[in-house]
Amino acid sequence: MSGFGIGASLPRLEDDRFLNGRGQFCSDIFLPGMLHAAFVRSPHAHARILRVKKPAGLERQVFAAADLAGVGRIRSTATLPGFKPSDWPVLANDKVRHVGEPIAMALGSSAAEAEDIAALVEVEFEELPAVVSMWDALKADAPLVHDDWGNNVLVELKLEGGDLARAKAAAAHVVERSFRMNRQHPLTLEGRGCVASYDGRLDELVVHVSHQLPVPLQIGLAQVLGMSQRRLRVIAPDVGASFGLKSYVESETVCVAWAAAELRKPVRWIQDRYESLVCDANCRDYHCKITAYADATGRVLGMECDVIVDSGAYSPWPWPAGIEGGLAMGNMQGCYDIRAFRGRAVNVVSNKPAGQPFRGVARPLSCCGHEVLMDAVADAVGIDPLEVRLRNFVQPEQMPYTSITKKMIDSGDYPTALKRAAAMIDLPAIRNRQRNPETDGRLIGVGFACFYEQTAYGTGPFGYSAWGIELVPGMEPAVARLTGDGELIIEVGSHSHGQGHETVFAQVAHEILGIDPHKVSVRFGDTSTSPAGTGTYTSRSMVTTGGAVAEACRALQAPIAKIGAHLLQCKEDDVQIRGGRVVGPSGNVELAAIGRAWYHHPEELPDGLDPTGLTATAGHKAHDPGVFAYSAHAAVVAVDPETGGVEILDYAIVADCGKRVNPLLVEGQIVGGFSNGLGNALYEESTYDELGQPTATTLADYTAPTAPSMPDLKLEFIETPSPFAAFGMKGIGENGAIGPPAAIANAVNDALRPLGVAIFETPITAHRVRAAIATARPKARS
Amino acid sequence: MKPSPLDYTRASSLDHVVELLANATDETRIIAGGQSLGPLLNLRLASPRRLIDISHIDELRRARIEGTDLAIGPCVTHAQVEDGELPDVTHGLMQHVARGIAYRAVRNRGTIGGSLAHADPAADWIATMAALGARVQLRGCRDERVLEIEELINGPLSTVIAPDEVITSIRVPRLSSGARWGHSKFARKLGDFADSMAIVVVDRDRSFVSGVLARRAEPPARLPRMIAALTAPDLQGAIDDAIDSDLKSLRIEAEDVRLHRAMIRRATREATR
Repeated sequence: MSGFGIGASLPRLEDDRFLNGRGQFCSDIFLPGMLHAAFVRSPHAHARILRVKKPAGLERQVFAAADLAGVGRIRSTATLPGFKPSDWPVLANDKVRHVGEPIAMALGSSAAEAEDIAALVEVEFEELPAVVSMWDALKADAPLVHDDWGNNVLVELKLEGGDLARAKAAAAHVVERSFRMNRQHPLTLEGRGCVASYDGRLDELVVHVSHQLPVPLQIGLAQVLGMSQRRLRVIAPDVGASFGLKSYVESETVCVAWAAAELRKPVRWIQDRYESLVCDANCRDYHCKITAYADATGRVLGMECDVIVDSGAYSPWPWPAGIEGGLAMGNMQGCYDIRAFRGRAVNVVSNKPAGQPFRGVARPLSCCGHEVLMDAVADAVGIDPLEVRLRNFVQPEQMPYTSITKKMIDSGDYPTALKRAAAMIDLPAIRNRQRNPETDGRLIGVGFACFYEQTAYGTGPFGYSAWGIELVPGMEPAVARLTGDGELIIEVGSHSHGQGHETVFAQVAHEILGIDPHKVSVRFGDTSTSPAGTGTYTSRSMVTTGGAVAEACRALQAPIAKIGAHLLQCKEDDVQIRGGRVVGPSGNVELAAIGRAWYHHPEELPDGLDPTGLTATAGHKAHDPGVFAYSAHAAVVAVDPETGGVEILDYAIVADCGKRVNPLLVEGQIVGGFSNGLGNALYEESTYDELGQPTATTLADYTAPTAPSMPDLKLEFIETPSPFAAFGMKGIGENGAIGPPAAIANAVNDALRPLGVAIFETPITAHRVRAAIATARPKARS
Repeated sequence: MKPSPLDYTRASSLDHVVELLANATDETRIIAGGQSLGPLLNLRLASPRRLIDISHIDELRRARIEGTDLAIGPCVTHAQVEDGELPDVTHGLMQHVARGIAYRAVRNRGTIGGSLAHADPAADWIATMAALGARVQLRGCRDERVLEIEELINGPLSTVIAPDEVITSIRVPRLSSGARWGHSKFARKLGDFADSMAIVVVDRDRSFVSGVLARRAEPPARLPRMIAALTAPDLQGAIDDAIDSDLKSLRIEAEDVRLHRAMIRRATREATR
């Protein structure tokens, strides 16, 4: 049975159903007598609602804010000083604060009929001036997104450490850069949606929803609906990606759940791509200004950063918008040994959809900040960008290392990772190639990005718990149950929506019990049957839930060994559990014999057996500061100065996520994460006009990378086991998404260096490259 | 989203289409592959009362040589062109263009006639057909007419096709054996509409030289000075200046001039190499 445990590249067990069309997503669920919902949405970015007029004769099929009896507002709080929680109405009643905000829900016997009815609802507005950009939001005379706030600042955070004055005084070089990362859409393959129904027998509201956090959603949804959690069952079936998007309490889900309970009829809402691009929570939308104070050799003595995050109109529950600024600032020093720091992060609100954490959450900005800055220092000192990084890295012998921003980095070898990435793209050959013009007129550039990712962090004392937000990561549970035929059911609290949990948790079980992973069912996503954990985010499931699965399986070892020894008529100490059997000195029994004895022949059991039997519940408490994965990215690009097109010629990633449970899936996470990062770097942007109208509302306008956009990545791994996690694991879910904007921006700017221009804004579209070149050319000539 | 309520009729023959189109108004739309109209219907950006589906009419899905032209039925799909199912009268230009249209899934259903009737200026066929000097044959209830591409297209997403007319064929003149073409296209990513596309056809035996630039949001532009420079062999050296002069007359944003100039130069170089 070897080749299935920790370290085996086992193909995903769940792929059989996905690839054969047997996955069951929200939109596959049809219930008898089901109604379909469509939403009347705001056509304005900012307006007062004067009147909502329901179509004559259809009043009972249309629901506005006043109809939602007992439904509260979505209020996501934090204890940060000065934090302003937004009161997010489920259906707008006084003001609308972004285009697409729901105002009323129409129900029909089909989606088309619901849309026909929704189209007949008349809403009278008084338009208000809109706050479209972060710069507008900060103006003294800016219109107020929330009338009682006094300004548009959601929260301002500050962080200081070390002696910055001394660093400034000692600096031979002071370099400053600004970086703008424009707003994006999370763009999941499956959109959002839900199907809610009322179970009269159990007096229970059942909500099937495309969501990544079913357990927290049960808490948040119950709060807004004003009902007990025990009467609310949330089921997240197969979910076609989330990336953070599907982790908030969404207005539409509240409305649909309310209607199902009120009307005692199943109600379904499945959004389409237009609705998704216009109405979903967005992501990114950052700006930072960073300054480095470096000595003559390029050692960075101190750093300052000023971050602005445009958080959109509302704070989603459970993660209020302010955390993005805090994360961007708190990781701005990156994997470098910088001993003086001063940071400020301002989160503003605007008349755009709410901002929501997205794969990498703010770290792509931090990475752009410190990596663009490292290139600037290299330029000022006159050394290669590779060298400047080697001079500033936290060295392996400094581990564990506490950064100036109080990140407690557990382990890692940054210099080796970068040197290997540079070797994989053959840096000397590229530098040589850059000396001569290309025959096709294109410009070649190299860019690096090195970063750590704090994964699977725990309850405190830094981060979520210090911010006092609605959901603080805690313990993760797992239940392992040996069945009567000797197979295994594992129930966990964290959902899988592309990660491959059904495979890797079965591998963990195999590692402990030797059971064939194909005989293990991994179940999750149903609050009635799954143990309650906080779920899948911060690249934590493998470490936390994986750790819990290991513990639960270990807890099964004792009763299995005891029963097995009894059946084999030998001492418990003389048996081993391996290969799905209990092996004794002179014979062995299958796990099926253990299950059979427990479930139907207790008369065969030994005396004194713990009556809990063959079901074990265990939990895992994450190491509070988290475990730190990291990567070095090296990009080689060709920029066509005529078209502005950027082609990735080569791209190498050296990653370290400690012990890899399944190298094939780790590779998948990096490649998938890279595609998000590539979109961030070159393609994806949610654009708005000056009135706050979204202008990328279909996939014809919202450009995302597709399969042909993907370079053939070169991947290598370092395995530095974390001392603080089971098997030495570290999270890897977001890693691939963090590095590409920085590496590609640095590579493009390296290519553009002969023209004397640079771009510090993503996505680096061909148009932006041409615009940069067009503005710089006349200067270069004079 | 779902389309507004509408009546749908699947036409069985060209005559049936013409019969169905009698007294048609703006509320009637013809649908073939549905690759542009489908999304417009679902987004309710188009809300016709009536749809006439012509995609199942065999006589509109064929192409045949008629004299010096290839007459292409409007329901011939991009995939049929890509797969070389049509007689090649353009030395592979049409096949080359078809291969670059969107994705195979779109090419499987999208049609040449639909693309011309939809008249998205950044779409591939309008510029290609203009560059080839193709003509479009229309049939209405009372008469038939044949139009040049420029006569057909009013502007972005707008044509002169009357509510009671249907495209019956696209007539592409056969290039002579010594003819050459150049095609250069830049899109934000593979499969996207072009930000810029230039097509140059040089067929000296037929005294036919053409150059067309396609952009987003503007109808394809002819490049008269570039064509003049190409036509007069002694002016070869002045081609780049001619291109710049053509571009100047098109009034384009500074950063986009670089792109269009590059596309035209590359297409020209390919056609004259």
